[in-house]
Amino acid sequence: MSQHAETEHHINYVKVWAILLVLLAISVAGPMFGHKAVTLVTAFGIAVVKAVMVARNFMHINLARRYVTYLMMTMLVFMLLFFAGVSPDVMKLAGHNWVKPAWVEANAAADAAAGHGEAAHE
Amino acid sequence: MPTGRLAVWWVIASEIVIFGGLLGSYIMYRLAHDAFAAAAAHTMMPIGATNTFVLLTSSLFAVLGHQAAEQGDGPKAGRYLLLTFGGALTFVAIKSIEWTIEIREGFTISSGGFWSFYYTAAGLHALHVIAGAVIMLFVARDAFRNRELHRVELIGIYWHFVDIVWIFLFPLLYIAK
Repeated sequence: MSQHAETEHHINYVKVWAILLVLLAISVAGPMFGHKAVTLVTAFGIAVVKAVMVARNFMHINLARRYVTYLMMTMLVFMLLFFAGVSPDVMKLAGHNWVKPAWVEANAAADAAAGHGEAAHE
Repeated sequence: MPTGRLAVWWVIASEIVIFGGLLGSYIMYRLAHDAFAAAAAHTMMPIGATNTFVLLTSSLFAVLGHQAAEQGDGPKAGRYLLLTFGGALTFVAIKSIEWTIEIREGFTISSGGFWSFYYTAAGLHALHVIAGAVIMLFVARDAFRNRELHRVELIGIYWHFVDIVWIFLFPLLYIAK
Protein backbone atom coordinates (compact mmCIF):
# COMPACT_ATOMS: atom_id res chain seq x y z
CA MET A 1 0.00 0.00 0.00
CA SER A 2 1.31 3.46 -0.85
CA GLN A 3 2.40 5.97 1.78
CA HIS A 4 -0.41 8.19 0.44
CA ALA A 5 -2.99 5.52 1.29
CA GLU A 6 -1.50 4.74 4.72
CA THR A 7 -1.58 8.41 5.71
CA GLU A 8 -5.16 8.95 4.65
CA HIS A 9 -6.33 5.94 6.65
CA HIS A 10 -5.53 7.89 9.81
CA ILE A 11 -8.33 10.30 8.90
CA ASN A 12 -11.74 9.54 10.40
CA TYR A 13 -13.87 10.62 7.42
CA VAL A 14 -17.20 10.28 9.24
CA LYS A 15 -15.91 12.55 12.01
CA VAL A 16 -14.80 15.14 9.42
CA TRP A 17 -18.24 14.95 7.79
CA ALA A 18 -19.95 15.41 11.18
CA ILE A 19 -17.83 18.51 11.87
CA LEU A 20 -18.75 19.87 8.42
CA LEU A 21 -22.45 19.42 9.25
CA VAL A 22 -22.04 21.24 12.58
CA LEU A 23 -20.35 24.11 10.70
CA LEU A 24 -23.22 24.11 8.19
CA ALA A 25 -25.70 24.39 11.07
CA ILE A 26 -23.76 27.34 12.52
CA SER A 27 -23.68 29.13 9.16
CA VAL A 28 -27.46 28.66 8.81
CA ALA A 29 -28.06 29.90 12.37
CA GLY A 30 -25.77 32.95 11.96
CA PRO A 31 -28.33 35.32 10.35
CA MET A 32 -30.82 34.59 13.19
CA PHE A 33 -28.75 36.80 15.52
CA GLY A 34 -29.50 39.80 13.28
CA HIS A 35 -25.96 41.21 13.37
CA LYS A 36 -24.28 41.82 10.02
CA ALA A 37 -20.79 41.07 11.40
CA VAL A 38 -21.93 37.76 12.94
CA THR A 39 -23.63 36.78 9.67
CA LEU A 40 -20.51 37.57 7.66
CA VAL A 41 -18.25 35.56 9.99
CA THR A 42 -20.59 32.58 10.29
CA ALA A 43 -21.33 32.54 6.55
CA PHE A 44 -18.04 33.32 4.83
CA GLY A 45 -15.55 32.57 7.62
CA ILE A 46 -17.09 29.13 8.05
CA ALA A 47 -17.22 28.63 4.25
CA VAL A 48 -13.44 29.08 4.14
CA VAL A 49 -12.98 26.64 7.07
CA LYS A 50 -15.25 24.07 5.40
CA ALA A 51 -13.43 24.43 2.05
CA VAL A 52 -10.02 23.93 3.71
CA MET A 53 -11.35 20.88 5.60
CA VAL A 54 -12.66 19.30 2.38
CA ALA A 55 -9.44 20.09 0.49
CA ARG A 56 -7.19 18.65 3.21
CA ASN A 57 -9.22 15.69 4.47
CA PHE A 58 -11.19 14.58 1.39
CA MET A 59 -9.03 15.77 -1.55
CA HIS A 60 -5.77 15.12 0.39
CA ILE A 61 -4.20 18.20 -1.14
CA ASN A 62 -1.62 18.25 1.66
CA LEU A 63 -0.43 14.81 0.49
CA ALA A 64 -0.15 15.83 -3.17
CA ARG A 65 3.09 17.17 -4.62
CA ARG A 66 3.89 20.67 -3.42
CA TYR A 67 3.52 22.15 -6.90
CA VAL A 68 -0.17 21.24 -6.83
CA THR A 69 -0.65 23.57 -3.86
CA TYR A 70 1.41 26.25 -5.65
CA LEU A 71 -0.76 25.81 -8.75
CA MET A 72 -3.97 26.27 -6.74
CA MET A 73 -2.56 29.29 -4.91
CA THR A 74 -1.53 30.84 -8.25
CA MET A 75 -5.10 30.52 -9.52
CA LEU A 76 -6.40 32.19 -6.35
CA VAL A 77 -3.92 35.04 -6.86
CA PHE A 78 -5.22 35.41 -10.44
CA MET A 79 -8.70 35.77 -8.93
CA LEU A 80 -7.50 38.55 -6.63
CA LEU A 81 -5.76 40.31 -9.53
CA PHE A 82 -8.97 40.13 -11.54
CA PHE A 83 -10.95 41.52 -8.62
CA ALA A 84 -8.48 44.34 -8.00
CA GLY A 85 -8.35 45.27 -11.68
CA VAL A 86 -12.07 45.22 -12.43
CA SER A 87 -13.74 46.23 -9.16
CA PRO A 88 -13.20 50.02 -9.54
CA ASP A 89 -15.21 49.97 -12.79
CA VAL A 90 -17.93 47.71 -11.42
CA MET A 91 -18.37 49.08 -7.93
CA LYS A 92 -18.40 52.81 -8.66
CA LEU A 93 -21.61 54.36 -9.94
CA ALA A 94 -19.89 57.37 -11.48
CA GLY A 95 -16.44 58.65 -12.37
CA HIS A 96 -14.72 61.20 -14.60
CA ASN A 97 -17.00 61.77 -17.62
CA TRP A 98 -19.17 58.68 -17.00
CA VAL A 99 -22.13 57.59 -14.95
CA LYS A 100 -24.33 54.49 -14.69
CA PRO A 101 -27.88 55.92 -14.65
CA ALA A 102 -29.58 52.52 -14.62
CA TRP A 103 -27.72 51.42 -11.49
CA VAL A 104 -28.27 54.77 -9.77
CA GLU A 105 -32.01 54.40 -10.39
CA ALA A 106 -32.06 50.75 -9.31
CA ASN A 107 -30.22 51.53 -6.07
CA ALA A 108 -32.51 54.48 -5.35
CA ALA A 109 -35.54 52.24 -5.90
CA ALA A 110 -34.09 49.55 -3.61
CA ASP A 111 -33.30 52.15 -0.93
CA ALA A 112 -36.82 53.59 -1.22
CA ALA A 113 -38.37 50.13 -0.92
CA ALA A 114 -36.22 49.35 2.14
CA GLY A 115 -37.15 52.68 3.72
CA HIS A 116 -40.81 52.07 2.97
CA GLY A 117 -40.60 48.62 4.57
CA GLU A 118 -38.97 50.00 7.71
CA ALA A 119 -41.60 52.76 7.94
CA ALA A 120 -44.36 50.18 7.61
CA HIS A 121 -42.78 48.17 10.44
CA GLU A 122 -42.70 51.22 12.69
CA MET B 1 2.60 11.96 -9.76
CA PRO B 2 0.41 9.78 -12.05
CA THR B 3 -0.69 11.54 -15.24
CA GLY B 4 -4.41 11.13 -14.46
CA ARG B 5 -4.12 12.75 -11.05
CA LEU B 6 -2.07 15.63 -12.46
CA ALA B 7 -4.69 16.09 -15.20
CA VAL B 8 -7.52 16.33 -12.64
CA TRP B 9 -5.60 18.93 -10.62
CA TRP B 10 -5.00 20.85 -13.84
CA VAL B 11 -8.73 20.78 -14.64
CA ILE B 12 -9.46 22.06 -11.14
CA ALA B 13 -6.94 24.88 -11.58
CA SER B 14 -8.80 26.04 -14.69
CA GLU B 15 -12.13 25.64 -12.88
CA ILE B 16 -10.92 27.92 -10.06
CA VAL B 17 -10.43 30.69 -12.62
CA ILE B 18 -13.85 30.08 -14.19
CA PHE B 19 -15.82 29.98 -10.93
CA GLY B 20 -13.51 32.52 -9.30
CA GLY B 21 -14.19 35.05 -12.03
CA LEU B 22 -17.92 34.46 -11.78
CA LEU B 23 -18.07 34.66 -7.98
CA GLY B 24 -15.65 37.61 -7.90
CA SER B 25 -17.92 39.52 -10.30
CA TYR B 26 -20.95 38.63 -8.20
CA ILE B 27 -19.24 39.90 -5.01
CA MET B 28 -18.35 43.20 -6.71
CA TYR B 29 -21.95 43.82 -7.78
CA ARG B 30 -23.35 42.60 -4.46
CA LEU B 31 -21.15 44.97 -2.45
CA ALA B 32 -21.77 47.98 -4.67
CA HIS B 33 -25.45 47.73 -5.52
CA ASP B 34 -28.24 47.62 -2.96
CA ALA B 35 -30.65 46.26 -5.56
CA PHE B 36 -28.79 42.94 -5.36
CA ALA B 37 -29.52 42.63 -1.63
CA ALA B 38 -33.21 43.24 -2.22
CA ALA B 39 -33.36 40.54 -4.90
CA ALA B 40 -31.31 38.08 -2.81
CA ALA B 41 -34.00 38.18 -0.11
CA HIS B 42 -36.18 35.97 -2.34
CA THR B 43 -33.87 32.93 -2.45
CA MET B 44 -34.88 29.92 -0.36
CA MET B 45 -32.27 29.25 2.32
CA PRO B 46 -33.71 25.95 3.65
CA ILE B 47 -33.46 24.48 0.15
CA GLY B 48 -29.88 25.74 -0.25
CA ALA B 49 -28.95 24.29 3.16
CA THR B 50 -30.52 20.94 2.25
CA ASN B 51 -28.48 20.81 -0.96
CA THR B 52 -25.33 21.66 1.02
CA PHE B 53 -26.08 18.70 3.31
CA VAL B 54 -26.62 16.47 0.26
CA LEU B 55 -23.31 17.49 -1.36
CA LEU B 56 -21.29 17.17 1.88
CA THR B 57 -22.74 13.69 2.39
CA SER B 58 -22.01 12.68 -1.20
CA SER B 59 -18.42 13.88 -0.70
CA LEU B 60 -18.18 11.56 2.32
CA PHE B 61 -19.32 8.64 0.13
CA ALA B 62 -16.78 9.61 -2.57
CA VAL B 63 -13.86 9.60 -0.14
CA LEU B 64 -15.04 6.31 1.43
CA GLY B 65 -15.11 4.88 -2.11
CA HIS B 66 -11.55 6.07 -2.62
CA GLN B 67 -10.54 4.41 0.65
CA ALA B 68 -12.14 1.13 -0.48
CA ALA B 69 -10.35 1.38 -3.85
CA GLU B 70 -7.01 1.89 -2.07
CA GLN B 71 -7.73 -1.34 -0.18
CA GLY B 72 -8.35 -3.10 -3.50
CA ASP B 73 -12.06 -3.65 -2.79
CA GLY B 74 -13.57 -2.65 -6.15
CA PRO B 75 -17.20 -3.68 -5.50
CA LYS B 76 -17.25 -1.71 -2.23
CA ALA B 77 -15.77 1.32 -4.01
CA GLY B 78 -18.43 0.91 -6.73
CA ARG B 79 -21.22 0.84 -4.15
CA TYR B 80 -19.93 4.06 -2.55
CA LEU B 81 -19.73 5.69 -5.98
CA LEU B 82 -23.35 4.73 -6.63
CA LEU B 83 -24.29 6.38 -3.33
CA THR B 84 -22.37 9.48 -4.47
CA PHE B 85 -24.29 9.33 -7.75
CA GLY B 86 -27.51 9.19 -5.71
CA GLY B 87 -26.39 12.39 -3.96
CA ALA B 88 -25.86 14.05 -7.35
CA LEU B 89 -29.35 13.02 -8.50
CA THR B 90 -30.89 14.30 -5.26
CA PHE B 91 -29.05 17.62 -5.62
CA VAL B 92 -30.25 18.12 -9.20
CA ALA B 93 -33.83 17.10 -8.29
CA ILE B 94 -33.95 19.59 -5.40
CA LYS B 95 -32.46 22.31 -7.61
CA SER B 96 -35.10 21.61 -10.28
CA ILE B 97 -37.91 21.99 -7.75
CA GLU B 98 -36.36 25.19 -6.40
CA TRP B 99 -35.99 26.74 -9.86
CA THR B 100 -39.53 25.74 -10.79
CA ILE B 101 -40.87 27.57 -7.73
CA GLU B 102 -38.75 30.65 -8.44
CA ILE B 103 -39.61 30.83 -12.14
CA ARG B 104 -43.34 30.44 -11.30
CA GLU B 105 -42.98 33.39 -8.92
CA GLY B 106 -41.60 35.43 -11.82
CA PHE B 107 -37.88 35.32 -11.00
CA THR B 108 -36.22 34.35 -14.29
CA ILE B 109 -32.68 34.78 -15.61
CA SER B 110 -33.75 38.12 -17.14
CA SER B 111 -35.41 39.49 -13.97
CA GLY B 112 -32.35 41.57 -13.04
CA GLY B 113 -28.64 41.49 -12.32
CA PHE B 114 -28.91 39.28 -9.24
CA TRP B 115 -31.08 36.68 -10.94
CA SER B 116 -28.75 36.59 -13.97
CA PHE B 117 -25.84 35.78 -11.66
CA TYR B 118 -27.95 33.38 -9.61
CA TYR B 119 -29.05 31.23 -12.55
CA THR B 120 -25.66 31.42 -14.29
CA ALA B 121 -23.61 30.46 -11.22
CA ALA B 122 -25.99 27.79 -9.91
CA GLY B 123 -26.62 26.52 -13.44
CA LEU B 124 -22.91 26.22 -14.26
CA HIS B 125 -22.41 24.41 -10.96
CA ALA B 126 -25.34 22.08 -11.69
CA LEU B 127 -23.80 21.26 -15.09
CA HIS B 128 -20.60 20.25 -13.26
CA VAL B 129 -22.69 18.07 -10.92
CA ILE B 130 -24.35 16.35 -13.89
CA ALA B 131 -21.02 15.85 -15.71
CA GLY B 132 -19.45 14.39 -12.55
CA ALA B 133 -22.43 12.09 -12.02
CA VAL B 134 -22.21 10.69 -15.57
CA ILE B 135 -18.45 10.07 -15.29
CA MET B 136 -19.02 8.48 -11.86
CA LEU B 137 -21.31 5.86 -13.40
CA PHE B 138 -18.55 4.76 -15.81
CA VAL B 139 -15.95 4.67 -13.03
CA ALA B 140 -18.36 2.70 -10.77
CA ARG B 141 -19.00 0.17 -13.56
CA ASP B 142 -15.25 -0.50 -13.86
CA ALA B 143 -14.82 -0.52 -10.07
CA PHE B 144 -17.40 -3.33 -9.69
CA ARG B 145 -15.16 -5.38 -12.05
CA ASN B 146 -12.04 -4.41 -10.06
CA ARG B 147 -10.72 -2.48 -13.07
CA GLU B 148 -9.08 0.97 -13.22
CA LEU B 149 -9.51 1.50 -9.47
CA HIS B 150 -7.17 4.52 -9.53
CA ARG B 151 -9.98 6.40 -11.31
CA VAL B 152 -12.07 6.29 -8.12
CA GLU B 153 -9.66 8.75 -6.55
CA LEU B 154 -9.67 10.97 -9.67
CA ILE B 155 -13.46 11.34 -9.86
CA GLY B 156 -13.43 11.85 -6.07
CA ILE B 157 -11.02 14.81 -6.32
CA TYR B 158 -13.25 16.38 -8.97
CA TRP B 159 -16.36 15.74 -6.87
CA HIS B 160 -14.87 17.35 -3.76
CA PHE B 161 -14.03 20.42 -5.84
CA VAL B 162 -17.67 20.64 -6.99
CA ASP B 163 -18.57 20.43 -3.29
CA ILE B 164 -16.16 23.29 -2.43
CA VAL B 165 -17.68 25.52 -5.14
CA TRP B 166 -21.12 24.97 -3.59
CA ILE B 167 -19.71 25.69 -0.11
CA PHE B 168 -19.01 29.24 -1.39
CA LEU B 169 -22.14 29.58 -3.53
CA PHE B 170 -24.40 28.74 -0.57
CA PRO B 171 -23.55 31.76 1.64
CA LEU B 172 -23.26 34.08 -1.35
CA LEU B 173 -26.67 33.28 -2.82
CA TYR B 174 -28.70 32.16 0.22
CA ILE B 175 -27.33 33.62 3.46
CA ALA B 176 -26.01 37.13 2.65
CA LYS B 177 -29.39 38.88 2.29
